[in-house]
Amino acid sequence: MYVETVTPEQPQKITTSQHGSKAVKRFVALSSYGSPYLWLMGGMLGISLVMIVGLLLLILVMGSSTFWPQKIVQFETVDGKRHLGEITRTETYKPSNEQVGELPEAYRNKARQFLESQEGFSKRYLVRTGNYELTNTHFHWISDFQIQNTTYPEWAFVWERVSWGRFYGILKGFQVDGKTVTEDPWETYRLFQEQFPGVQKKRKQIYHLEKEVLGSLNSRLEKARLKVREKELNLKKATGESREARQRELQEAIDAYSSLKEKLEAEYGNVRSRIETLKAETKRHGVLMQVTDGSVVPVPLATIVRGYPANQLGWLEKLSVYWDRWKEFLLEEPREANSEGGVFPAIFGTVVMTLLMSLVVSPLGVIAALYLREYARAGVLVSAVRIALNNLAGVPSIVFGVFGLGFFCYFLGTSIDRLFFEARLPNPTFGTGGLLWSALTLALLTLPVVIVASEEVLAAVPNSMREGAYACGASKWQTIQRIVIPRALPGILTGMILAMARGAGEVAPLMLVGAVKLAPELPIDGNFPFIHLERSFMHLGFHIYDVGFQSQNSEAAKPMVFTTTLLLILIIVILNLVAIYLRNRLYRKFISREV
Amino acid sequence: MLQKLEPVDGRRNMKDPKIQESVNAIVRVAHGMEMEPAIHPAVTHLKDNEVVLRIKEFSLWYGKTQTLFRISMDIPKGKVTALIGPSGCGKSTLLRSVNRLNDLIDGVRISGDMLLNGDSIYAPEVDVIELRKRMGMVAQKPNPFPMSIYENVVFPLRIDGIRDRRILDEVCERSLRGAALWDEVKDRLQDSALALSGGQQQRLCIARAIAADPEVLLMDEPASSLDPIATAKVEELIHQLRGEYTILIVTHNMQQAARLSDFTAFMYMGRLIEYAPTGILFVKPQLKETEDYILGRFG
Ligand SMILES: Nc1ncnc2c1ncn2[C@@H]1O[C@H](COP(=O)(O)OP(=O)(O)OP(=O)(O)O)[C@@H](O)[C@H]1O
Ligand SMILES: [Mg+2]
Repeated sequence: MYVETVTPEQPQKITTSQHGSKAVKRFVALSSYGSPYLWLMGGMLGISLVMIVGLLLLILVMGSSTFWPQKIVQFETVDGKRHLGEITRTETYKPSNEQVGELPEAYRNKARQFLESQEGFSKRYLVRTGNYELTNTHFHWISDFQIQNTTYPEWAFVWERVSWGRFYGILKGFQVDGKTVTEDPWETYRLFQEQFPGVQKKRKQIYHLEKEVLGSLNSRLEKARLKVREKELNLKKATGESREARQRELQEAIDAYSSLKEKLEAEYGNVRSRIETLKAETKRHGVLMQVTDGSVVPVPLATIVRGYPANQLGWLEKLSVYWDRWKEFLLEEPREANSEGGVFPAIFGTVVMTLLMSLVVSPLGVIAALYLREYARAGVLVSAVRIALNNLAGVPSIVFGVFGLGFFCYFLGTSIDRLFFEARLPNPTFGTGGLLWSALTLALLTLPVVIVASEEVLAAVPNSMREGAYACGASKWQTIQRIVIPRALPGILTGMILAMARGAGEVAPLMLVGAVKLAPELPIDGNFPFIHLERSFMHLGFHIYDVGFQSQNSEAAKPMVFTTTLLLILIIVILNLVAIYLRNRLYRKFISREV
Repeated sequence: MLQKLEPVDGRRNMKDPKIQESVNAIVRVAHGMEMEPAIHPAVTHLKDNEVVLRIKEFSLWYGKTQTLFRISMDIPKGKVTALIGPSGCGKSTLLRSVNRLNDLIDGVRISGDMLLNGDSIYAPEVDVIELRKRMGMVAQKPNPFPMSIYENVVFPLRIDGIRDRRILDEVCERSLRGAALWDEVKDRLQDSALALSGGQQQRLCIARAIAADPEVLLMDEPASSLDPIATAKVEELIHQLRGEYTILIVTHNMQQAARLSDFTAFMYMGRLIEYAPTGILFVKPQLKETEDYILGRFG
């Protein structure tokens, strides 16, 4: 059109030329200035970043420093006592008057002066002194005004033990069969290094015998017992002429059981005596340690996991201790109510459970999303389903745990038990928490994430691709299967990554449906059928909770909380990286250069 | 905007009477005044066996807005028929109606029918999938699938369950040669099709469209994203395919329509305006509207 229009609403610009020299100050909306908003947004981002990075950094620093060997310090306090150990924490506080009053007369004034010079503040150290069986405590608080003398004894040694926690002392000699063979610390250290590997080997043998050999004997016997029980039940159900045959079967089973029992009992005794001799052998050697009250105590090598002269270690030796501790942490089983030793079963449990969960949730979620996006007609019902899904994502996870316990364990589990594992009753097989139920519960928990994410990606598949396939004469299913799913796969994997991260870090529901403090067996092992879905398992998240808040020796366990958290985060990161790698490969294959 | 216009002379200050006439023509159509389309006898008196596609009184609505208005035309067998018209006039819609792609869009309604070699396309008992297999389509925007070049080309065969490697290989090569793409991709058939350039993707889609030997080839601006050389190749291809296939092609390029097609249909605002042998339509159009469009006076 050629007609130029001027809409009357358009504001007239006021210029100074029209109004002479009178400059008219126009009102300008705040929103027209970009910079305050920019600052606001930047600030928000900054705050979020600081919080996230701060948390990660804290976990990283605390978690990775736990295993670094510390020096062993000896404080001589004014009351004449000595404390030998590692400083685990330092803090500043204001000591009360009574605390100073408890000091011996002669030192009170000196201590008051000292405190005054520091404006009443004192530094105190939490010293891990160990030797629980002698002192009934693992830790001591020592304030700086109590200290008379600080030394780092050359031959101060720390022993990490199988039980009773750490032992701190000064190396005094080596014992064989109760006789002291040397009192020279160098010679003692050499003898220790010479003998210790043998002791460790024997300990491993004992572990093997107790756990695997005796374990398999027990399981064989248990199988025979179950057979007897099964026949008993059969007999009870049988009627008429089949009774006789059943009776005979039962008798056969009983005979087999008793003959097996006899045979196994002999074997059992055999193994037991082998274990006893091994144990006796490991107890032959011991180191003599002088503790702070001056007495000398023997520490048998059999009880020792690791030990080192902390104040003599060079940088490389410290690194090797550090490395050794990480290795133990990653590959061994826990000791001492989980506060020491490794977390291998928990790592294993976490990974197996997470993978199993992904295996369940991905097909379910993807199929549900496919139905919602590709087949379901938009309408009230579909909207309701979507809303329900989104709300499901907001349900507290403990509720899923309760549901899992009620539905999976008690309802499904007991039904399965009654049908297939009747002989084992009243001991539940599936009727209690276990790996399978945990995976299913978490699958339910993460299902909304997967569905919503998958739906989004399916919606993002260009319609032109679908039309292209239809135009070639593809059916709906062929289009979905050959075009839509491959194209959406990378995005679906992203959804799975999110779900995995969420699932792997979840603790609350697991406490109800299968994670335990200490699982006697791994969920996958060498005994038929190899994957034991009914077994309870250990989980890193639960482990953190247990170590941090349920532990007797909470002060010693605290660093383990950070280390375990660090590990859990690392595992999630690794799982994610694998998934991201896969996704990127798919992405390159299917999407890359498309504009 | 058009509502403000009325077909009355002298209201607006327009000197050129030709422009005024064109405006009047536009306004006539815009007001839905029924206008008989000018259809050349060469395409009205076709025998049944000379017609591949018979469009009968076809109208289409997207929801409440009508997009196609009672279109009737016969597409002759083995010939190239071009659809021209300004943007938004419904060329793509008409083309997509032929293989019922518009079925996929919610809220589409139609009336009238089309016959493919005498078989109704819109009858309720028609198997749409079988129907679509009888046609090949090249969309306005290239839409390669997320798979290898090879799999893209043989996709129509794959969905028929053909697994014989020999047949697939042969079809792949023949189609790619047909689409003038073979030399460029013969060494990387297993690479992703999405890594091809836009023009190569366009030709790949052409190769895919001819892979299953369709009865009708529907092409929606197949040269829109191609450089002159590739365009020449595609035109060359269409030349070769003429006779063997029936081609219905949408184009914005008058020269292309004039060069390539045997018949040309001019559409405007959802209506068929004029339909005649290309030579006649471009040289001696019956209607003012057609002439204006061809000479670039509007649209
Ligand atoms: N999916 C749809 N839903 C609603 N309206 C549509 C849809 N597709 C097309 N239309 C409308 O139908 C009309 C005709 O569109 P069509 O794509 O057929 O035009 P065209 O002639 O192919 O134009 P161009 O030359 O720009 O490709 C347009 O007004 C468009 O807005
Ligand atoms: Mg179009």
